[in-house]
This record gives sequence, structure tokens and C-alpha cells, in this order.
Amino acid sequence: MTEAGGWPGGHPPTAPSGGLPPSATTDRQPLLQLKAVSKRFGAVQALSEVDFDVYPAEVVALVGDNGAGKSTLVKTIAGINIPDSGEIWFGGQHVAVHGPRDPVALGISTVYQDLALCDNLDVVANLYLGREELSPPLPLLSEEKMEKRAREVLKTLDVKIPNPRNAVAALSGGQRQSVAVARSVMWQAKVVLLDEPTAALGVQQTKQVLELILRLRNQGLGVVVISHNLANVFEVADRIVVLRLGRRVGTFDRKASSEEAIVAAITGAEFGKFQPEA
Amino acid sequence: MSTATAPSGQTDSAATSAARAFWTRVTSGDVGSLPVIAGLILIWIVFDFLNPNFLSPRNLTNLVVQIADIGIVSVGIVLVLLLGEIDLSVGSVYGLGSAVMAVLSVKYGWAAAPAIGAGILTGTVIGTFQGFFFTRFKIPSFVVTLAGLLTWFGAQLHTLGETGTLNLNDPTIQQLAGQFYSPTVGWSLAVVVIVWLGVDLAITRRRRAVAGLQQTGLVGDLVKFGAIVAVVLGATAVFAADRGVPLALLIVLAFVVGFDLITKRTKFGRHIFAVGGNAEAARRAGISVNGIRVAVFALCGTMAAAGGIMGASNLLAVNYNSGTGDTLLNAIAGAVIGGTSLFGGRGTVWSALTGALVIGSINNGLALLSAASDVKFMITGGVLLAAVTIDAVARQGRQRAGV
Repeated sequence: MTEAGGWPGGHPPTAPSGGLPPSATTDRQPLLQLKAVSKRFGAVQALSEVDFDVYPAEVVALVGDNGAGKSTLVKTIAGINIPDSGEIWFGGQHVAVHGPRDPVALGISTVYQDLALCDNLDVVANLYLGREELSPPLPLLSEEKMEKRAREVLKTLDVKIPNPRNAVAALSGGQRQSVAVARSVMWQAKVVLLDEPTAALGVQQTKQVLELILRLRNQGLGVVVISHNLANVFEVADRIVVLRLGRRVGTFDRKASSEEAIVAAITGAEFGKFQPEA
Repeated sequence: MSTATAPSGQTDSAATSAARAFWTRVTSGDVGSLPVIAGLILIWIVFDFLNPNFLSPRNLTNLVVQIADIGIVSVGIVLVLLLGEIDLSVGSVYGLGSAVMAVLSVKYGWAAAPAIGAGILTGTVIGTFQGFFFTRFKIPSFVVTLAGLLTWFGAQLHTLGETGTLNLNDPTIQQLAGQFYSPTVGWSLAVVVIVWLGVDLAITRRRRAVAGLQQTGLVGDLVKFGAIVAVVLGATAVFAADRGVPLALLIVLAFVVGFDLITKRTKFGRHIFAVGGNAEAARRAGISVNGIRVAVFALCGTMAAAGGIMGASNLLAVNYNSGTGDTLLNAIAGAVIGGTSLFGGRGTVWSALTGALVIGSINNGLALLSAASDVKFMITGGVLLAAVTIDAVARQGRQRAGV
């Protein structure tokens, strides 16, 4: 991990809008960096000495079998799990993460599989949930301000929703996922973690969401995608990080790797060491 | 100003698009307050056919005063239902709140204002207490408030003591349900309300135009405005033909309008809907879910005691039976009949008033026909079942329309 320290205390240069993946890890500084992070739950070593980094304007896929530690890693980044050892760096600085609020304040947001949307509220209300705008001097909601910005955000991300004043319950799965993603990035997010964003979506809706992920990358965000679906991973990811039994067992450049190699890394066949019996 | 963003040649296309939007809402299960208003009109027509005195100004004025207490209690129930919870203690809190006021006024000679204030505060304290138990120990609200139902009824009996019945002599307390304002006052109020609604509509449209947002359908807005104006003027005319505008109605309306504003246009109200819709999502959005819950239970207790005081004023007394019997069931049934969902997150405070009007009309109409309690209970039960069925069917419609 020699790339740290190139920009002491500062921010990395803004990403090119083309969003080409960093070819190697030499020229630019990662936005988010985990150094030798370990986490143990009782007898289970969920993460051991995992290094993980995300650069601006790239999509990193996190893959692995069930129990490989993907969720633990994401929860560690999101501040839900506090690591037993290891360091978290953000924007070139060592940061202390004590709870879920710290990463959010840094600009790391997470979209969980359940999306956490209120079906009974409209899209605007969901985007602003917990951050409602008021119209001073009265303590009343400013629906106009919120709706205006909401429409702008949805337009920037090219999220197509008939009317942001419709209740979220009336949206399709892909639209709901898009709303959840839009909410996570509209508050100065620099890194977005997406937990299984395409699970349970149809073909068309999966395409919508994958396109949205690419747009986030092109706007300079670092995107981490957890997915079981290698086809989807190969469509959007610049780098693929494979976890197995709590260890990082490989990092693949998407362009230079095959699905077979990834599957081998996931299952351990490559090393012939952890091969499952059945 | 409204033409800034609206398409040209709007009258015709606007009307059809408004109709289409309305139909989409109905088929997707967002039926709102339409069934209850249709039901209310039907009930009124039937009862007036059976007894022409039903729609007389005198009887309608009586009806409005009769439902004031249940309407106020129901406002609190709507808030709790929006959270997806229930408060079964409101009948006992109604009784205890009015008993506290009566004892302070009659036995201790307190002036009206502090006695009423103490009665209402009793409800606030009880609601906060129940909300605390519900959130802190995660006991279902239904059980906490069921315990409350028994406990506070016992406290009511204890407060009233051996005398049992306390007659209220204080003129101010009597006025709550007994005061009527002259037609001049009534018409002035009606004008103020209509102007206020019109200005509010204009301001909202103007703000949207300034923000460059698409306008809501002008036709729909105007139809709604026209309907409200008709109801306000009609009601004022009815009251003018009898004793005048009842203070009890103004108090109910103040509560309904106030809480409607709070639920629809404030952060607190938005958060009530969020907790009722998806508590986990609300929590992750940084909303203090338990804070909202305790506050809503406190408000529900407050409204229950306030309703009890209105009921006591109407009865001119407080006794062992105050708040017992069908008070609780009518308050909950009213909110649900009015269109507030039992499943949380959907509904409006106005359903407290419309639901209370439906139940009150049934009771009042059957009393005019000298029908006994047996018929009254069976009919109210049927109406409640119909309302809940509409809610459940609408919910299925939403689930079909969504996802």
C-alpha cells in the first residue's frame, strides 16, 4: 500500500468525467482505504487482515460466497461493525469510525437490500426523509424547495419516474432502487456502497440500475457493489475484489480477467486448498 | 400567474387529466375520504326519508354538539393509528380527565380555566406514561393501553369518590357545549375561513409557479375549493336558522384544522407518517422513532381528556359512566370509518370529524325513530365492518398497483 500519502490531508484530483478506471494503483490516491482490517464474532473470524480500497470514479465489485465476509466488510465501512484491528483511511487521512453516523459525515453512504423507503410517502418525501427543508420564519415544510431539488437530482442521475409526487409504493423495483440510490448520493456522498442492488429485479430494471451505477461512476463517485451475479458484475465493475472465509484472496481487473478465474477464486479451486466437499 | 407553466388550452385537457389522475388514485387504492362522504350523504338521505325532522336545522345543530366529544377523542386516535398503533385507554382517560376537572371545580371551587387545564394535563401525563412503557419495554401498545383502560377507570372511580355524580355548575365549563354564536358571528367566520382557504390555495400555486414546478390540476383544486365553500356556507345557514354556531363545533374544528396542519406540513407530522410507514427506514434516516411515538401517545391522551371535558360540558355532569360504554369504540370506529388506515401511515385528521359525523348521525337518526340500543349497535357495527373492508380492499389494491 504505497499509494497512500501522495496528497497529505488533501483531496485527490477530481476524476476525469470519462471515468476510466485507474490502470494501476500508483498514480492516484484512493478515496477510501481499509488497511489490514480484522473482525471477529466469537469463534468466527469474519474478516482477517483485509485490505480494501476505492478510488474516485471507479466501480469496485465485492464478490464471494455466502459467509465470505462481504456483509461484514460493508458493515465495517458503514460504521455498524467496529473493527477489532486495522485502520480506515478516507481522503488520505486516518479516520476514527465509532458508529454509523461517522461514515455518513465523511461522505460514505450505504444502500441496503431492504432500501429503507417509506412506501406511504412520495418520492420527494423519501429523498428528504430526516432532512426536511423548512420555509422560515414558519416551521412549515417547504414542499417547493424539496420538490425542485428532488427533480433536479433525479434528472442529473437520469432516473425516470413519472411523478416524484407519487407514493413510492406505486413504483417498480428498479425505480425504488434508483430512488434509494439517489437519496444516498444527493447529500454530498463520495463513496456509495450498494448491497445486492440488482437482486430480485427483472432484466429491464436490472439494466436501469446498472446504468445508474455507471452514471454515478462518471460523476466521480467511488461505487462499491456487492453482488452474487457475476454477469452484472462484469457489466459495471472496473475492479473485482474476491473474499473467501474472511480473507481477500484476489483483486481482478475486469478487462483482464475471465469469469472462470473469479469463480475459481470464490470457491478456492484455484488454490486447491479450501475446496468444498460437495 | 398560474399560466406560467401550465399548458395552453388547459380547461378541457386539465379537466380530463384531473379526472384521469383521480381515477388512477381510486384504482390504485388511494380512496381518501370519498367513501365516507358518500356514506354520510346516503345515511342522511335515508334518515330524512324515515323522519323529516332529521335534516332540520335544530336536529343538525344538536347532532354537531353531540359528536363534539367523540370527534376530539378521535383526533388523537387518528394520530396513533397513523403510527400503526392503537390506544385502548382513551375511554378511561376521557372519564378520568373529566372527573379530575369536575372534582377540582365542584369540590375544591377551582376556576374553570385551571380546572380544565388540570383535567387535560392528566391526559397528557397518562399518554406520556403509556408511550414510555410502550417504547422503553417494547410492550405492544394494545397491551399497555389495555392495562391503562382498567387502571384509569379505577382512578376515575376513586377520584369521583362515593358521591358518584358531580353536577357541573361553573358557567364557563357549561358554555363549552352550551354556547352558540349569533348568525352575524357565524357568517363573519364563514367569510374568514373561505378567504383564508382561497389565499392559501393562491399562495401555494404561486410558490410552485415561482419555483418553476408543474402546477397541480387547477380544475381539481377549484372543485375541491368550491365543495368546501358550499359546505361552509351550507353549515352556516343551517346554524343561523337555529340557535347559531355552536362553540363546541368551533373547538372541534380548531383541533382538526390544527392537527391537520401539523400532520401535513410540519417535520413532526412527516415523521409520524414515516414511522407509521416504515419505522426502520425512519430510524435509519435519523428520526427519533421513540420520541415520535411518545409524543403521539401524549397527544392522544391529551385529546382523550379534552374530549372528556367536552362530553362533561354537554352532559352538565360527570359520573361513573363517563367515558365508559361505547366511547372508546366510537372514537376508534370513527377514525377508521373516516378513512384512516388501521395498518399505519395512511389517513388524515379530518377522518376524525367525518367518522364521528357518520356514527353520530346513526345514533341520532335511530333515536329519532325511537329505535333501541340493539339496532343502534348492530348498524354501527355493520358500518364499521364496511369501512374496514374498504380499507383492506384498498390496501390490496395498492399492493397490486405497487411493485
